[in-house]
Amino acid sequence: MSAGVAFGFEALRLPDPEAAIAEITGGLRRSAREFRRKGAVVGISGGIDSSVVAALAARAFGPGNVLGVLMPEADSSEETLSLGRLAADSAGIESVLENITPILEGVGAYRRRDEAIRRVIPEYDHDWKAKLVLPSVVESESYRLFSVVAQAPDGRIVKERLPLTEYLQIVAATNFKQRTRKMVEYYHADRLNYLVLGTPNRLEYDQGFFVKNGDGSADVKPIAHLYKSQVYQLAEALGVPEEIRSRPPTTDTYSLPQSQEEFYFSLPYDRMDLCLYAVDNGVPAAEVAAALELTEEQVERVFADIASKRRMSRYLHAAPQLVTGPAD
Amino acid sequence: MAVDERTIESDVRQFLADNFILDDDSALGPDDSLTETGVLDSMGVLELITFVEERYGITVPDEDTLPENLDSIARIVGYVERRLAEVGPS
Repeated sequence: MSAGVAFGFEALRLPDPEAAIAEITGGLRRSAREFRRKGAVVGISGGIDSSVVAALAARAFGPGNVLGVLMPEADSSEETLSLGRLAADSAGIESVLENITPILEGVGAYRRRDEAIRRVIPEYDHDWKAKLVLPSVVESESYRLFSVVAQAPDGRIVKERLPLTEYLQIVAATNFKQRTRKMVEYYHADRLNYLVLGTPNRLEYDQGFFVKNGDGSADVKPIAHLYKSQVYQLAEALGVPEEIRSRPPTTDTYSLPQSQEEFYFSLPYDRMDLCLYAVDNGVPAAEVAAALELTEEQVERVFADIASKRRMSRYLHAAPQLVTGPAD
Repeated sequence: MAVDERTIESDVRQFLADNFILDDDSALGPDDSLTETGVLDSMGVLELITFVEERYGITVPDEDTLPENLDSIARIVGYVERRLAEVGPS
């Protein structure tokens, strides 16, 4: 930061998006050569990250060597499929539709999740909708403990804090979604001899906002070094359609709409980006507070939450460990 | 249920030893932060709350789920004593 210039969102701007795109596409081609693969599979959700990765892959390998996989399920929003198709069409790549609901039903994902919710909200039934939520880091210094929010067909909302057993079962059952999607992506990658591309941005990758062996699994993660704000910059440069660029980020995992900050992050993505940048670059909380119109104490709580998630995500990032050296 | 400070501290230490892999639980001072020392993460806090509620028959309302009540052995002991005095075991 130069002297006299206040810290702010400008710190996150890529000076040359085209150069950033060239660096990524070059990296993708290197990975394909190294792993002897001739193209890429991308699971496309219709969100900004997967749409950008699909467009980057099309540039790297040519659109004819990239397959988009659309994998909606019973709880997906209506936009997931239409925006996913739009992303694939705009990148010029072929896409296949793989509805994963029957797999999830077969493995009992919905049933196991609903059993756990019913232990906390006995009247919860199949025609209710639900999501998990966290209290705000900014508004309170309380521990961030998950609650389940359920909506009855008549619109009535019930909210209950989750005991550990039920919380773990709901998350474990829901994680079938990300793991099933990755399994389907690898099916197509195996039959085509393609790479599987992961779609986390820097915020998600750094903070562990992914499922181990689910969306956390991939051969290459081409945008994991970019803040989400920078992914939006690339989206514009790559010509990702406006409908996708203007869609608010969502987890698209629970049947009630759920923002990423309700479920995981302390703040909306652009503000989280700035806090993460500040932590990584030693920007004092007071300067961040001024930029975000928060108190210094609130920013310190966000910094602590970032550190806490980094500790937790070590497990998510870790490759299987050997307790001794490899056998001879 | 009659519980005194030493019993609660002993219960909490046993709970931590039983449920978390500690390098050396005797080295954990009564005022050491359980989150800053890495003993508890957010799931550990949830486990601790469940333990306190079940062991002492009290409820820990959302507004009490604060570091000042739960982030060290001494704070947990103090919190449980206060709650037992306020509402008694259910």
